[in-house]
Amino acid sequence: MDKEGIPFDEMFMASGGIRRPYSDYHQWLEDQHARRLQQKSSEADALFRSVGVTFNVYGDKDADERLIPFDIVPRIISAAEWSKLTRGIEQRIRAINSFLHDIYHRQEIIRAGTLPAKLVTGNSAFLPQMIGVTPPGNVYTHIVGTDIIRTGESEFLVLEDNARTPSGVSYMLQNRETMLQMFPDLFSAVNVRPVSDYPRHLRRCLSDCPPERCEGRPVIGVLTPGIHNSAYFEHAFLADQMGAELLEGQDLRVADGRIAMRTIRGYVPVDVLYRRVDDDFLDPLNFRPDSLLGVAGILDVYRAGGVTLVNAPGTGVADDKAIYSYIPDIIRFYTGEAPLLGNVPTWRCSEPDHLAYALDNLSELVVKEIHGSGGYGMLVGPAASKQELAEFRQLLSSRPENYIAQPTMCLSTVPIFARSGLAPRHVDLRPFVLVSPDRIHISPGGLTRVALKEGSLVVNSSQGGGTKDTWVLED
Amino acid sequence: MVLGRTADGLFWMFRYLERSENTARLVGAGLRIALTRSRSGAEEWSSIISTVGATDAFLARHPGYEFDGVVDFMLRDRSNPTCVMSLIASARNNARAVRTALTSEVWEATNETWMLLRNALKAPVTHHSLPEVLSLIRKQSAYVRGALHGTMLRNEMFNFARLGTFLERADNTARILDVKYYVLLPSVVHVGAPIDNVQWETILRSVSAEHSYDWLNEGDPNPAGIAKFLLLDGRMPRSMAFCCGQILENLRYLESGRPDPAPSLDLAQELTDSLRGRDVKDVLDEGLHDFIQEIISRIGKLGAQIETDYRFHA
Repeated sequence: MDKEGIPFDEMFMASGGIRRPYSDYHQWLEDQHARRLQQKSSEADALFRSVGVTFNVYGDKDADERLIPFDIVPRIISAAEWSKLTRGIEQRIRAINSFLHDIYHRQEIIRAGTLPAKLVTGNSAFLPQMIGVTPPGNVYTHIVGTDIIRTGESEFLVLEDNARTPSGVSYMLQNRETMLQMFPDLFSAVNVRPVSDYPRHLRRCLSDCPPERCEGRPVIGVLTPGIHNSAYFEHAFLADQMGAELLEGQDLRVADGRIAMRTIRGYVPVDVLYRRVDDDFLDPLNFRPDSLLGVAGILDVYRAGGVTLVNAPGTGVADDKAIYSYIPDIIRFYTGEAPLLGNVPTWRCSEPDHLAYALDNLSELVVKEIHGSGGYGMLVGPAASKQELAEFRQLLSSRPENYIAQPTMCLSTVPIFARSGLAPRHVDLRPFVLVSPDRIHISPGGLTRVALKEGSLVVNSSQGGGTKDTWVLED
Repeated sequence: MVLGRTADGLFWMFRYLERSENTARLVGAGLRIALTRSRSGAEEWSSIISTVGATDAFLARHPGYEFDGVVDFMLRDRSNPTCVMSLIASARNNARAVRTALTSEVWEATNETWMLLRNALKAPVTHHSLPEVLSLIRKQSAYVRGALHGTMLRNEMFNFARLGTFLERADNTARILDVKYYVLLPSVVHVGAPIDNVQWETILRSVSAEHSYDWLNEGDPNPAGIAKFLLLDGRMPRSMAFCCGQILENLRYLESGRPDPAPSLDLAQELTDSLRGRDVKDVLDEGLHDFIQEIISRIGKLGAQIETDYRFHA
């Protein structure tokens, strides 16, 4: 990070020159009329609305459906940058899967003293029910969305691992579809790697891990909490694109040791469930008894090889923010290699000297809840009011083990198409990863989230962030 | 493989859409009377409210049957679950829930309908804007129907969509006749009063058939002719006979995939038989009201039986 806080812009050099990956695009852009672009930009909104790519915001009753703003300037990644990124992500995800297997079996990493036991066994996402269980194909995290930030020419860091149920892939697909519809000529001017085969890869990834009791071609379903869930559009979209069943808890029950769905002709077993329901709500018999979203007894069926759950229950232990700080050690422990992608420096407030540092430097740090996500319950020190700082000081002191602190990272910027023309905004990147027993597939690109407010570092859609189409250039 | 919940969602999505279209048609017919004969306006509006079975709910909110109140209640009062806006919102909600069973064309047509109507019904509808709003509802219904016919596979999902449409339509046509049956009573004609031109025209207009009736009957409106047209004429797409034929056809298609016979098919057959070969004079002599009440009750039972036979609910 630049000490002066001048962010790295991915399109323009400080001298005003164009960086290589953007040169063809920029040339095309020069030939466009500003008014036409303005018009296209509002067309995009209408397109998203009519397709129904909307999301629901929790705690906001008036606007039950909102659009995530889409920006028409793509985020471009060169082939070389991408191959470097993918190697790092693959390494990280292999290590995470080894780690999950280990902590639910021999727990060698704890015996070796690399990781404190209480971070694992005392972790609310750790499921004792999974001890000794090996999921089909030994895959724990079939679907991952690794959040990456860029802070310089060649500095890419992992911000979050999202090993539970990452969302956003439908935006990756819809963003590309929108760009292709609006600017077909652009794609003959620039060679961009396609992403449209993601649903096929997803289907294959799910079929790759049938449960023991599956006979013949696996029947695949997407389990959604229902139409009121903020990501419902995505659940329906993926099921539709894969030709899979879109299921709710009310469609399912346990029958003959299988999970069966109620069809118009009776109950039919489902083999693989891509579940977009959190562990807590998955099984009212085993977890939260008040849950109406899951299926009573599904965990027992899973453990007996009657159904594959994707991702496996209990993977959340690998992506909480305390474990995150140990991922470089985890990579070394299981792969014997040095991490290819680094972490953002992290202070674990459970440790007294870390807490002291965090409290002393609160106004310069970002503080996050260990199990938080979506930009909720976090503090961005430099942007916080005196009162917010005081509140967090209080929170940190009373429950230090619930928080981590990180330096405020200066995320790279990519221009957006604002009223006044191109204007730099901070971005991050969420590539989407599919894990099969024998291979890892990473869709070229992913979802670029952009903080639309000038200077803002918070890219979450729930906090006013937008998205961009993300291009990986052909070699 | 069709989920029971999907069948349920499709069936009701198309019931809601059909009902919203019929509601718009009823309001259109009422508007015509209100414009041409201000004296009987209130009476006409009250029979419309009664046709949709909402008399109590309406009177709880409005002191009397005035244009503004009725139109608002029927089109945009969200506290009325059967106003057009509520119905369209319910249809869209169902469409979202069964999104994977619909083609993107059908989904987008439904979603667009909801967006356009939400906008058109944002403010109260005036005398002036009503025709335009009604025409929008009609056009959008045709758009959704066109997308359904042009893009959906002819499989079981399609059958459930069609069953919803025709069950609802049969029910609506029956209710229109039931509320207006007194206009068609032979006694009215016998006592020498000529059938009220505007009244019978309203009936035909409520089913968008004022011209096709004339075309088929050489412009001779008479009670028996109209009752026969709406009940028994298989050429008329909103007649009871036509709807029953469609229901039967769709149920037979579904039946072919079942190991055991479906009771709903028997009920549909009975309903069809109760119309087949009937002489409309006998129906009128024996009592049109009772006849229609019987049909409405059969339609209700048939709907419930379809929900059971095809496991709409756990």
